[in-house]
Amino acid sequence: MPSLKDVKTKIGGVKKTSQITKAMNMVAAAKLRGAQQKMEDFRSYAEKFNAAMGNLSSAMDSGAFPLMEKREVKTVEILVVTSDRGLCGSFNANILKMTEKMIARLEAEGKKVSLVCVGKKSASYFRKTGKVRQRHVDLMGTFQMFNARAIAQDIAGNFLSGDSDEVRIVYGKFHSVAVQRPAEQMFLPIQPSAVAAAEAPAAASGAYIYEPSTEEIMEVLLPLYMNVMVYHAMLEVSASEHAARMTAMDNATSACKDIIHSLTLIYNKARQAGITAELMDIVGGAEALK
Amino acid sequence: MAEKLKLEVVTPKGAIVSKEVDIVTAPGYGGEFGVLANHAPFLSTIKIGVLTYKIGAQEETLMVSGGFCEVSNNKLTFLVESAERGADIDVDRAMRAKERAEKRLAEAQAQKEKLDRTRAEAALQRALSRLKVAERRKPS
Repeated sequence: MPSLKDVKTKIGGVKKTSQITKAMNMVAAAKLRGAQQKMEDFRSYAEKFNAAMGNLSSAMDSGAFPLMEKREVKTVEILVVTSDRGLCGSFNANILKMTEKMIARLEAEGKKVSLVCVGKKSASYFRKTGKVRQRHVDLMGTFQMFNARAIAQDIAGNFLSGDSDEVRIVYGKFHSVAVQRPAEQMFLPIQPSAVAAAEAPAAASGAYIYEPSTEEIMEVLLPLYMNVMVYHAMLEVSASEHAARMTAMDNATSACKDIIHSLTLIYNKARQAGITAELMDIVGGAEALK
Repeated sequence: MAEKLKLEVVTPKGAIVSKEVDIVTAPGYGGEFGVLANHAPFLSTIKIGVLTYKIGAQEETLMVSGGFCEVSNNKLTFLVESAERGADIDVDRAMRAKERAEKRLAEAQAQKEKLDRTRAEAALQRALSRLKVAERRKPS
């Protein structure tokens, strides 16, 4: 049986922990609101962008652009987007597990794999594998479009120089505040069919005048499309991260409550046993004096 | 009053403008272009510069940076990386940015660094358009 004082100290400690987890829960909730807002603001941009891309790709002959060129796949690059910080449940672990599986599968097919890590968690997890080509850390807190652009440009450069023949993205998709799942997406080569299929109904309304030519517009739009994809993945991850942390910290707080409850029970039992023992002593002493 | 155009300026940070307007002038790929109601379907890339639109006699200006625009069915949609109203522009900061960009441009030209040069040029363009928009805003 632990002594009274030990139990009391332990209760104090757990209480402190629950204060911290509660605070983190509230911070995550506030940040989640911001991240979700950012995602919503971006949605209209992304939708309009996709519509325009759909219009355009239905009007031009694909295959003329290096970013859309399909090659024999020897090296696959994976863009892994995770959060910078932990303490958000299994969120990052799920993404990393999915990536691991993907790497194993690709390597079994005899393909080489290189990684571009966004977020400290993926960067440190894959550091020792020696597959990490590029890492972008400490930007998940305050990233902007230009961060996404830098990443996209780097990946495009690598793809165009032939060092990678295919690029995929693995990230945490935000389904709801309670559900975040890792997701994978083809990134490069850009598939016009996927773009066009998504926006087929929005197309039509006759022939457009293009200025400059469709080809030149595409040359501007394709890199932009990459930015949009990367930015989108980052937004999803940051919203998911905060949602996951909120849930994790909520669970931790209620676990703390349970522990405090059972510890208090132990404490009271020990206290009562002490009092009983003392009473017995006194009664015993009084009996002896008679 | 003639027919109106629906103008939308959308950035990754959300819609900046969504209004019925009479005429829009924008910095297109091949130079400035104007759009009135019933324009033919049209798609162009947008350079860094000043976008102007008129509602009646009232004229408004925006600083826009690279992107593209689409015109169809009297709807004009600008998708740009950023757009700023005159009131939101920090003139001092734009001034400093202009000077910095000019300096960097000179350095890049001296060293014949192509990448630095394009970057500095873009920065200079942005600063200049910001100043232009801010100036028009001022009731002189």
